[in-house]
Amino acid sequence: MNTHADPQPVPTAIDPVAANPALGYRSRIGRRLALVGLLTAFLFVSFMVDITNGPGNFSLKIVFDTLLDARAHGVKLEVVVWDYRLPVAVTAILVGAMLGAAGAEMQTILNNPLAEPFTLGVSSAASFGAALAIVTGMSVIPNIGPLIVTINAFFFALGTCALLLLASRLRGAGADTMVLFGIAIFFTFNALLAMMQYAASEDELSRIVFWMMGSLSRASWEKIQLGALLLALILPFCMLRSWQLTALRMGEETARSMGVDVGRLRIELLICISLLAATAVSFVGTVGFVGLVGPHIARMLVGEDQRFFLPLSAIVGALVLSIASIVSKTVTPGVLYPIGIVTALIGVPVFVSLILSTRKEKLR
Amino acid sequence: MTLIIDKLTVSYGNRQVLHQVSTEALAPGSFIGLIGPNAAGKSTLFKALGGLIRARSGTMDLDGKSLDALSRTERARQVVYMPQAYGCNAALTVFESVLLALKQEGGWRVGGDQIARVSATLDTLSIPHLSDRPIGALSGGQAQMVAVAQCLVRAPRLMLLDEPTSALDLHHQLSILTRVHEEARRGGMVVIAALHDLNLAAKFCDRLILLRNGHVVAEGETRKVLALPAIGETYQVTTSLETSRSGNAYVDARLPERIPVRAVA
Repeated sequence: MNTHADPQPVPTAIDPVAANPALGYRSRIGRRLALVGLLTAFLFVSFMVDITNGPGNFSLKIVFDTLLDARAHGVKLEVVVWDYRLPVAVTAILVGAMLGAAGAEMQTILNNPLAEPFTLGVSSAASFGAALAIVTGMSVIPNIGPLIVTINAFFFALGTCALLLLASRLRGAGADTMVLFGIAIFFTFNALLAMMQYAASEDELSRIVFWMMGSLSRASWEKIQLGALLLALILPFCMLRSWQLTALRMGEETARSMGVDVGRLRIELLICISLLAATAVSFVGTVGFVGLVGPHIARMLVGEDQRFFLPLSAIVGALVLSIASIVSKTVTPGVLYPIGIVTALIGVPVFVSLILSTRKEKLR
Repeated sequence: MTLIIDKLTVSYGNRQVLHQVSTEALAPGSFIGLIGPNAAGKSTLFKALGGLIRARSGTMDLDGKSLDALSRTERARQVVYMPQAYGCNAALTVFESVLLALKQEGGWRVGGDQIARVSATLDTLSIPHLSDRPIGALSGGQAQMVAVAQCLVRAPRLMLLDEPTSALDLHHQLSILTRVHEEARRGGMVVIAALHDLNLAAKFCDRLILLRNGHVVAEGETRKVLALPAIGETYQVTTSLETSRSGNAYVDARLPERIPVRAVA
């Protein structure tokens, strides 16, 4: 009987990555940079199509001229492009980027691929805040005037994030506790929202439903400035913590053993997520799909190295909402469908097919 | 780079897990085996040394400097801890996950020297062929080797390995412990590994610390500790220390005729 088996498998072919792991890593980084560039280019194209589309059928050249010189084709074109189309197209990109980034960071710090502002109750809370203002006129800040719905939505979303933050400070609270807490918040605010709808008049009810469906028609340059400022502050802040955030995906204990202050990181990120999610939801209402699909597509394309994952989640989120904005205008000419419905209708099938195709790849 | 643990006491709430644990000075380049049955306090001792939990009292000094006096970053630089639970489903390659361990200090950008260091560590553990593999697709044993690589790449002064070979086949058990042993000698670091296999402990460890119910039952040179009756008493088995024809010590363990009922926490 031969007992001298060779313990080492004999390689049959030279694997270039095994021969030079550094080369494999460098080429992977190159591919990722190319993907980020490509999707940014897609986003630009989508943005251009978005501002070209709409009632009036103006050509791309006319729209482009008006972008460069507001009065190039008269006051009417200036108003259409600068006061209507541009704010809507830019808001779609900003809100999509905010939701994509917030979803990515929520999934990272809670170690749960289903975490996003919608599933953890932030959007429900914002909807309740808006409904409260519409039905009772009660405001978080008294005498705020016409901004009452937006302000209420913002503070309720922010308050919910603060509750999640408090939950994270509970003794022994881990990522699972926070996710369960978020789900409890989701159901609580949905019940309160249903109560508001029950008490609302016909007119108030239609306003609540419209708000809940999400709409880009509330876009304004003031909101755009605020959103852009927020993104410009928060994205670099998170990017500086890329390595710590990536370590968190290795598990809390491993991250802590690498020297990451997990508790502090989680609080810092929750504050960032709160600001992004609350602002996005207060701008456009409930858009429940972007915070989930943005990070998932980004993860499939570039993995979870946060240096690429976070910016790409924001870019994909922006792209999804920008495409949804185009579709919402073009399905029925002259009718602007609520953006939340469009993102769900076109996004869910695309998302499911992506998941299924990835699964097939893995099984192969 | 000598480690001294003195009267270390750790509690989880009201439950005291480590009771005045003390060791002799653990010399640089030494490979220490931490042995003892389940729930003896081995992982708790590692977490206390790694700064993941606070000790209620006692001291842990590395080269005369208290570990608790070090900043979080400095402690992570000097002490690495490989937790018992390894592996995850993060969308990262093996190369990235090892680089990640290195990148917790030293800025945002990845330098050529850091890439070279990761490559060298993968070579040391004979796993460069896993470099491009997603960590979620690794087997338990492969994930364990990657976890060891994450520790080695940081070139620490104190390395704490919690059951580093539990998921490995015989070839890889010997291979990993041989490499870690060599690195300990070369880098002058202290390695403490929690091991359940007493024969692996006999083969690789310079010294052993035997823990039972949070108390140090025995500590000293490997052969001397393995020859103590305390080994059999602690594991509730009958043991004898034998020597093979090649001169290696091994533990012959048997269940006693009447098997005692033991609760496993």
